[in-house]
Amino acid sequence: MASIGDIPVKVEGEPAAPAEYGNALPVLSQVRHALAQLTQGGEPTQIDLGAMPFGPGDEDRLMALLGQGEVTASVDALGRTRIQETAYSGVWVVEYLNTDDQRVALHLEIDTVPRLLRSQPEDLSDALAALNTLLAASLDQA
Amino acid sequence: MATATPQRPQGQSMPTPQPTLGESLRRNGVSRRGFLKLCAATASLMALPPSMAPAIAAALESARRPSVIWLSFQECTGCTESLTRSFSPTVENLILDTISLDYHHTLQAAAGDAAEHAREEAMHANAGQYLVVVDGSLPGPRANPGYSTIAGISNYDMLMETVADAAAVIAVGSCAAFGGLPKADPNPSGAVAVQDLVKDKPVINVSGCPPLPMVITGVLAQYLTFGKLPELDEYNRPLAFFGQSIHDRCYRRPFYDKGLFAETFDDEGAKKGWCLYRLGCKGPMTYNACATMKWNGGVSWPVEAGAPCLGCSEPDFWDAGGFYDALSVPPGNSGDMLLAAGAAGVAVGAGAGLLARSKTKSAAKQHQTVTAAELEQKL
Ligand code: SF4
Ligand code: SF4
Repeated sequence: MASIGDIPVKVEGEPAAPAEYGNALPVLSQVRHALAQLTQGGEPTQIDLGAMPFGPGDEDRLMALLGQGEVTASVDALGRTRIQETAYSGVWVVEYLNTDDQRVALHLEIDTVPRLLRSQPEDLSDALAALNTLLAASLDQA
Repeated sequence: MATATPQRPQGQSMPTPQPTLGESLRRNGVSRRGFLKLCAATASLMALPPSMAPAIAAALESARRPSVIWLSFQECTGCTESLTRSFSPTVENLILDTISLDYHHTLQAAAGDAAEHAREEAMHANAGQYLVVVDGSLPGPRANPGYSTIAGISNYDMLMETVADAAAVIAVGSCAAFGGLPKADPNPSGAVAVQDLVKDKPVINVSGCPPLPMVITGVLAQYLTFGKLPELDEYNRPLAFFGQSIHDRCYRRPFYDKGLFAETFDDEGAKKGWCLYRLGCKGPMTYNACATMKWNGGVSWPVEAGAPCLGCSEPDFWDAGGFYDALSVPPGNSGDMLLAAGAAGVAVGAGAGLLARSKTKSAAKQHQTVTAAELEQKL
């Protein structure tokens, strides 16, 4: 199915400067609180940005305030997931895309490592078994 | 996209046990990270906090396909259009593929007798367990049934026969939920809502004209995931999606609180994105999820496009006066007083909406707004 982004849009005249709706700062406050909690050995936090009443420009403003950190990662499972560390260690932007590269969810994760990047516990034992099989087969051949 | 060909060959009355969702995902090569991602996205879809993802994972792992019969009565097919315009194939398609849509006029391949046979078969095989989704209102028992029939069966007979053995009924769209445009004055076809007729089964209203695609799939996902019906508001709408007013989640709200209003569609205020209250915005009395979930895959929503909310998810929005007339506020609380209060720094918040929504009993307490700085102090 064609996506809405495929519809050609022609903008006439100068686009107006984005208005300041002031909905980014409260989220930043929430992030600060979550980070304080994490530093004190508390629980990690996920914030669903899709549930925020953002106006045009609010998300961009929040992202500009959060900045970019050292780590960028991409996970390929049921479509791509883009993970970006922000300039604030422990604060991650996690953008879930579907197989057509459209966004399905946008979360902030306040954690040492985002959940999706970790190896999944059930996969570890599967991996160990697979390695055992591989080694056994290779030793048989040698 | 979901297709709705009958799932079972004719003559076979009992379905073979369906695999759980976890099993069928693994069989389709979905990795554990993929599953985790699905659960995170499903939490957003169901308007639940992301911390619910592990609970969703546990529930989805063992979820089984529910059978769904979709009946369309006096409607414009806008609700089905909305559903099939879901923009998140990974999540919604999985859910649509996971429900067994046994009967849907618009989406199913079968027609005529074969279609009606599929409906009867699904009812028989899943008695007591299937969901009935209805879009459109229908002529009531005392109205002329000739206004709307399918395969020679009146809408009323078809609804009553189909819901007899259903687990629950989901009324999708403001027509099925509240009567909608067919019921508009003078209501020539004697249209009534599903909840006016179905009294002995749970009825969930997913209102909106049309409802957001994510809300339709979100409600189905919730049932699929947790196997139980969601918490409902006074109009039987799921609280997860209809628990907050448009006004309470509107990004233009700071302008309302400051008393900054657009007076015409092309004045300075309109260009600066000020509040649309005086242009007839029904946001203060409208409960729906579009202020945050938005339309067209999160691109925008009416207020963001500069149009006041019409109140499309509320009962009687079709007969509630002009779309561009400002909400009337009871005497003693004129808009100007609210403005003055706003300007004086008293956060009136949802005051106007609460006054306008006289049926609301529970929400009497005044809404306080906070600034980022105040929030910072509280935390
Ligand atoms: S009146 Fe309408 S435009 Fe104004 S803040 Fe409320 S919902 Fe938004
Ligand atoms: S803004 Fe109002 S009228 Fe428009 S879709 Fe949302 S609830 Fe319906």
